Amino acid sequence: MAVSSPPVDLSAALVLEPVAALDWLVILPVAWCIGIGAVLMMVRHRTFLHPPIAVAALGVLAGFDATLLWHVAQNGPVTMVMGRWLPPFGIAFTVDLTGALFALIAAMVALAGAVAAVTDINDSGRRYGFYPFLMLLMAGVSGAFLTGDIFNLYVWFEVLLISSFGLLVLGAEREQIDGAVKYGFLNLVGTTLFLIATGYLYGIFGTLNMADIAAKAGPLRETAPLTTLVALFVFAFAMKAAAFPVNFWLPASYHTPRIVVSALFAGLLTKVGIYALIRVSVMLFPLERDDLSLVIAAVGALTMVTGALGALAQTDTRRLLGYLVISGIGSMLAGVALGGPGGIGGAVFYALHSMVVMTALYLAAGLAARLGGGFSLASLSGLYARHALFSALSLMLFFAVSGLPPFSGFWPKVMLVKAALDGGAGWLAAALLFTGFLTMIATGRLFLLAYWRPAAAAAPSGQAAVPATALLPLIVLTAVSVLIGLFPETLLGLVQQAALTLDEPSAYLHSVFPAGSAP
Amino acid sequence: MRSLILRTVAPLIVGLMVLFSIFVLLRGHNEPGGGFIGGLIAVAALSIYGIAFGVETVRRAIVFHPLAIAGAGLMLSTLSGLVSMVFHVPFMTGLWIYPVILGEEVPLSSVMTFDIGVYLVVVGAVTSVALSLEERGED
Repeated sequence: MAVSSPPVDLSAALVLEPVAALDWLVILPVAWCIGIGAVLMMVRHRTFLHPPIAVAALGVLAGFDATLLWHVAQNGPVTMVMGRWLPPFGIAFTVDLTGALFALIAAMVALAGAVAAVTDINDSGRRYGFYPFLMLLMAGVSGAFLTGDIFNLYVWFEVLLISSFGLLVLGAEREQIDGAVKYGFLNLVGTTLFLIATGYLYGIFGTLNMADIAAKAGPLRETAPLTTLVALFVFAFAMKAAAFPVNFWLPASYHTPRIVVSALFAGLLTKVGIYALIRVSVMLFPLERDDLSLVIAAVGALTMVTGALGALAQTDTRRLLGYLVISGIGSMLAGVALGGPGGIGGAVFYALHSMVVMTALYLAAGLAARLGGGFSLASLSGLYARHALFSALSLMLFFAVSGLPPFSGFWPKVMLVKAALDGGAGWLAAALLFTGFLTMIATGRLFLLAYWRPAAAAAPSGQAAVPATALLPLIVLTAVSVLIGLFPETLLGLVQQAALTLDEPSAYLHSVFPAGSAP
Repeated sequence: MRSLILRTVAPLIVGLMVLFSIFVLLRGHNEPGGGFIGGLIAVAALSIYGIAFGVETVRRAIVFHPLAIAGAGLMLSTLSGLVSMVFHVPFMTGLWIYPVILGEEVPLSSVMTFDIGVYLVVVGAVTSVALSLEERGED
């Protein structure tokens, strides 16, 4: 019955040349995370095994992503099609510099979170499945950054969303359920919009492969309502990324879970939205992005200013940081609106910086709460006397998030302001600088009240020791921020190259459809 | 549920349903069926067993914790995709062997092991949900 060697021409449907070993790096981050997540599920009752397995696995993941970045930087975009089917029919994973950079920083952030969780997540949190959820979240995040298929991107959004629900309700307290309902509902609305937009896109193009879409967009511009389509995508991704009018879910939920979970969310989730926005609006539909650029710019300016103003008004450190996450999203949107290598490069750079710094800031808020007895600015005080090194690290992070040199926030801000001035959008440059100023005031106020103010009578005082697993991730993330700030050349070069590849995706297209095999 | 009728017929029904779920799983390669729907049928069987004899009996009957079963299924599916690394073909490529067992050629493939993984994931995850809901109901 079965035919061992069918007499048909397989080359029309299948990839027949053997796959180079290095190309496996395209899919390995995702498969690895899912596999380790499965192992952790199998040993879920032996919770003492979870931290060592997860930390080691995320270390290996960072290694995979670093090698992948090196591979992509050397050889240009890399593609692997699932199940051997030729694109656009097979699902393609295509990695260019943008995806590889995001994936690497995400893995580093997750590794820092996993180490910090050793002390922050207790045994009951592990029993609830913190580490399996973390690995599956990373599978979703890595998949979103590495895939080259827009419906597959949607699937990874779902994977990371479901894992994030699990992380959000870890402990199942009343407040957490409240936050999770708001977060879950609004994110489902955003995801559904994304799905609807993808349905329209498939109706127009008849393909879901990103390279195929980018190649086919030109002739369809005359007849198809592409601007509407892109507007729908922009709205869906803006909701995911917490842009101004649709960002109320973020401050409503980010302060409820365990602090490590907040840190991971702040570092990873909104940035996936920004990544998807960049991928779709810049690479697939550049002309439509031009049409919408004024809208995106206005949204970006409002997001950053309202975010910074919101941060000024808060008395809970976690809520304050939530507004700073939003404010950063505004800066990235400004970069997307400006376009060109400067704007896009600035947005990508800002996203990478924000992933590192926002995670570190949340971890710092957790440590501050442990040292100073809470998250409320009314009672939090005297941290400088409690732990000088921790205070110094926090101050560096405050400078970094405000965009002061010599920290990582400075360079993307310079790129964005320069792009805005070059593009004749002086008001956007002014908004960027004004936001930096407001952020400085907000974080300065935090430092003044929580760190410099002498300890209140009720607050604990005196020198305090901090476990190494809590301090180490903070030190490493701050060091990354300082190193990027002091030696930005390598990353600047990579980011500009990444922006050029997005702007002119012929290398990306060529990687999916080698010469002559275009559909 | 204290029902003599249900307790009498439940083992028979449950046995048939589990058998049928495996049939649907294996049928799924070329015809309607597959791991997902087969897994759901198996979950329905386990739920009936739970309604008749209580959640503890089900937990003892399936030996492993439901989520551990789901984890094993996820692992099996992932490994089915990774096997193709050895043969220098892309991830998730279907690979076949045709061993002759008792004079009959039996086609086996990585597609099938992937589907068995899906079956286990569905059985584990949905059983876990169903059992916790039934447990709440018994309180």
